[in-house]
Amino acid sequence: MLEELIGLLSLTFFRRALIVGILVSLSAALLGVSLVLKRYSMIGDGLSHVGFCTLSIAAVMNWAPLYFSIPIVVLAAFLLLRLSENGKIKGDAATALITTSSLAIGVIVTSLGSGMTTDVNNYMFGSILIMSESDVTLSVILSVAVLTLFVLFYNKLLAVTFDESFAKATGIKAGLYNMLLAILTALTIVLGMRMMGTLLISGLIVFPALTSMGVFKKFKSVIICSAIVSVICFIIGMFGSYIFSTPAGASVVVANLITFVVFRIVGTICAKIKK
Amino acid sequence: MAVVSVKNLCVVYDGFEAIQDLSFSLEDGDYLCVVGENGSGKSTLIKTLLGLVKQNSGEIIYDNLKSAQIGYMPQQTAIQRDFPASVMEVVLTGCLKLNGRLPFFKKSVKELAKKNLEKVGALALADKCYGELSGGQQQRVLLARALCSTEKLLILDEPVANLDPKATNELYDLILKLNKEQKITVIMVSHDIRCAVLQASKVLHLDKTPVFFGTTSDYINSPEGRKFLGHEHCLCGGES
Repeated sequence: MLEELIGLLSLTFFRRALIVGILVSLSAALLGVSLVLKRYSMIGDGLSHVGFCTLSIAAVMNWAPLYFSIPIVVLAAFLLLRLSENGKIKGDAATALITTSSLAIGVIVTSLGSGMTTDVNNYMFGSILIMSESDVTLSVILSVAVLTLFVLFYNKLLAVTFDESFAKATGIKAGLYNMLLAILTALTIVLGMRMMGTLLISGLIVFPALTSMGVFKKFKSVIICSAIVSVICFIIGMFGSYIFSTPAGASVVVANLITFVVFRIVGTICAKIKK
Repeated sequence: MAVVSVKNLCVVYDGFEAIQDLSFSLEDGDYLCVVGENGSGKSTLIKTLLGLVKQNSGEIIYDNLKSAQIGYMPQQTAIQRDFPASVMEVVLTGCLKLNGRLPFFKKSVKELAKKNLEKVGALALADKCYGELSGGQQQRVLLARALCSTEKLLILDEPVANLDPKATNELYDLILKLNKEQKITVIMVSHDIRCAVLQASKVLHLDKTPVFFGTTSDYINSPEGRKFLGHEHCLCGGES
């Protein structure tokens, strides 16, 4: 069994998926804590649907998927933030609008092109077979950028997450950091969605954050724990998907779900003992 | 010289004329309570003082102070009540400007945060989770955070909203102590008018235009003050 799993690592497609997946899980977990606390959890979902739309268009037009998706999804992130901050349409409604419209456009484009084939299924639920070598390189570069920016601006992101009006009053450009958060989220989602699936990628954002908040009460511990949980769940999900012959994206999310439940139970017991 | 002087201030906010022709000035160590009905321009005044809203005309002059050096204590938001952060982490968010561009906090900055926690009597809470504190304790922590960004001027927006009477009195006493002992000028907006007015040394009564500006004792005896305060006695701590 163990040998078989180690043997998996010699497969190029599996290795690529593992590298990209670990980096994406790490980025998603870090950003997720802020997003969940700011009540932006659904932004991930909205953006991944925009990503679905761009992937469909790219496939039909035969364009390179990542290079086309990244700018469009980043643009959508800008738009979502603008709408939810000062628009007449409130955040959750704006997300719902963008989610359904992108899905609709994506489905129409696909059916006009190749018809509803396995492509759509792959976009929706992910596939670990589609990572090319240049995708891996781009993913590594972008993930490193996401992680570096997050560490550099960690304190400011905490300040803006905790109290935007105070942060603004002390001269921190809160709007700028919200944008940074949205752009980093957009990048993470585009990188991860083809493997995890449009419908499942936002699981990577919300689960690790909520899991660690069940046990830890300090921001730094929550961040560190959610990064670790996210990476471990991803690896378990990937090997689990091989062992049980289940789809990779779904297996990763289920691994996250189980961890979430375990952490919540542990957290409740700890709280009871303290009392 | 006045810590802050406001001259002929007019502000249009959200398409409405929120403040019209407001002038007042505060001396070092003043404790101003801003009162008025909802929509009278109190919050707009605070936002303008902090530089978050641009005035349309008039000017705000600070003596030796930038707007980012004001200690601001905003109203609590729903997000904060169960926020997973330690008290220390929360207070340190008030020190970001002092820390410059560094990604991690300097030792001197951490010392400052501790000193300010001590000033509000919350040093023992430093390692606790902010979300698990009582309402009164949370407000103390936010006050400590505000102190980190100022030595001169505190602006408090409804500091006792949602607090029980005991915690309210304790917080008022603390603010008064900071005002008297640290010589920090305080501007406070409060709905809890009677107690707030008795604490303060000066009162600004706003109704888009200033209805009254002067000392507390003058306000209590003025027609506006009597109308607004009613004739009931204040039951809370006050200055005594």
